[in-house]
Amino acid sequence: LLDIVGAHVDSCIFNGIAGLDFAERLRDGGATVCVPTTLNVSTLDLLHPELYRGDDESRTFSKRLVDAYIDMGGMPTFTCAPYQLSQRPAFGDQIAWAESNAIVFANSVLGARTNRYGDFIDISCAITGRAPAAGLHLDEGRRGTVLFRLVDLPDSLVAHDVFYPVLGHLIGLASGNGVPVIEGLPADTTEDQLKAIGAAAASSGSVALFHAVGVTPEATSLDAVSRDGDIDVVDITHRDIAAARDQLTTRTDLPLRAVALGTPHLSIEGFAQLIQLLDGVVTHDDVEFYVSTGRDTLADVERRGWLDALERAGVTLVTDTCTYVTPIIRRVDGVVMTDSGKWAWYAPGNLGVDVAFGSMAECVRSATAGRIVRDPELWHGV
Amino acid sequence: MGSDTNVLVAGEATGTLIRLEEPLSFWGGLDPSTGSIIDQRHPQLGVNLSGHILAMAYGRGSSSSTGVLAEAIRLGTAPAAIILQEPDMIVMLGALVANELYGTTCPVVVVDRATFETFVNGLTVEILEGGAIIRVIPPFLCN
Repeated sequence: LLDIVGAHVDSCIFNGIAGLDFAERLRDGGATVCVPTTLNVSTLDLLHPELYRGDDESRTFSKRLVDAYIDMGGMPTFTCAPYQLSQRPAFGDQIAWAESNAIVFANSVLGARTNRYGDFIDISCAITGRAPAAGLHLDEGRRGTVLFRLVDLPDSLVAHDVFYPVLGHLIGLASGNGVPVIEGLPADTTEDQLKAIGAAAASSGSVALFHAVGVTPEATSLDAVSRDGDIDVVDITHRDIAAARDQLTTRTDLPLRAVALGTPHLSIEGFAQLIQLLDGVVTHDDVEFYVSTGRDTLADVERRGWLDALERAGVTLVTDTCTYVTPIIRRVDGVVMTDSGKWAWYAPGNLGVDVAFGSMAECVRSATAGRIVRDPELWHGV
Repeated sequence: MGSDTNVLVAGEATGTLIRLEEPLSFWGGLDPSTGSIIDQRHPQLGVNLSGHILAMAYGRGSSSSTGVLAEAIRLGTAPAAIILQEPDMIVMLGALVANELYGTTCPVVVVDRATFETFVNGLTVEILEGGAIIRVIPPFLCN
């Protein structure tokens, strides 16, 4: 075992009585966390409870579950993007994080160290302040196992946010449970773009760490993250990207019911982009426009005076949860459009909706038009 | 066969084997009220895993899969046992905690790749407590 400096607990999302029994057993036994511990999303929007369309019994159980984790000392952050909080792990920190997208971000982008933890062991690590000294906590486990080279992709596409969830989706499918290394990303790839890679790759696959050469902190060079060329090589072509993009859309020939942004929770930079796109537009009467974010980011949005612009455009802000994990969207008998590879992966199974993947700008234009609108230039050359 | 078995969660189980062609995220992929696969993209969508020995190379996707597996075990819809090729804490904890809370049995074992490859659909498999040796009882569907 090794000591950890923090934990992120996913067990606070209600998935059934077993999780509640476990949490209340621990709480009633007097357990408390001994390291700073953030909490993942709930199935409830605790700030906007009226958005929840589930049954009263599940609502009661969900609330009891959240209360148990707060009683044990969890911080009421309720976000799947704890790396967007003001305090976040530093390079080399040993931590125990659950929530697949947070795990991959912490390991890859921050250079902190966590294994792919799930429910129950997350709170156990938080209570003991310890984690197994194995896997991604150790140098040996962090070496790349498969190298993805971007070979013939247009620079204009690689510069665009829409490319990153598609790349992540593809890498998740092709990496198994290994550690992918990506070669060919621009040095100025943003945190939001890296977040999109990780979230998609941890949904379609089991990726808990990726390296991007010249971009992520451990990947100062290919040699730094591989062992003397001992690595499988996969070339990613424009055809692979087009195929992966198409897998994120189930169908488009049904009415557009909603647009869902903010999976994982939208960052303040994401809101800045959205505010620009929303200038002068209003959501169509037949479409719901949801943006999911953390309550801390919401407070920042409020401080910056952006709430009016969002409200005028017809955006419903969802906090503490997400639109693909719990019943919020009114009509699920049509298509929902999203810019998230993770939303596109899980929502058809969770909600029974069809999904269309597109850029944030396409999502805004579609919400305004009341039907799916594509930007024909976006995928030029693919 | 079975001498290299790594027991993550001990217990006895018998059942016919379902081998997953792709890994499954239990959260978003398994309905704990029925035990059926609900991942719309999974090649075995609709297959019911209740009471079967599940062979899955490794876990996929969500951290919440632990809670979903525990809930399926509580409700009696879970696989009778899970055989992995790679250790997976998300799967292990779901079985471990449910067994602790409810006195159920859902062993989880890890075998090497060569052994894993021998588990084809429809075999009847028995997992034993002592040493957790895995035996194929009558291999009526061997290829």
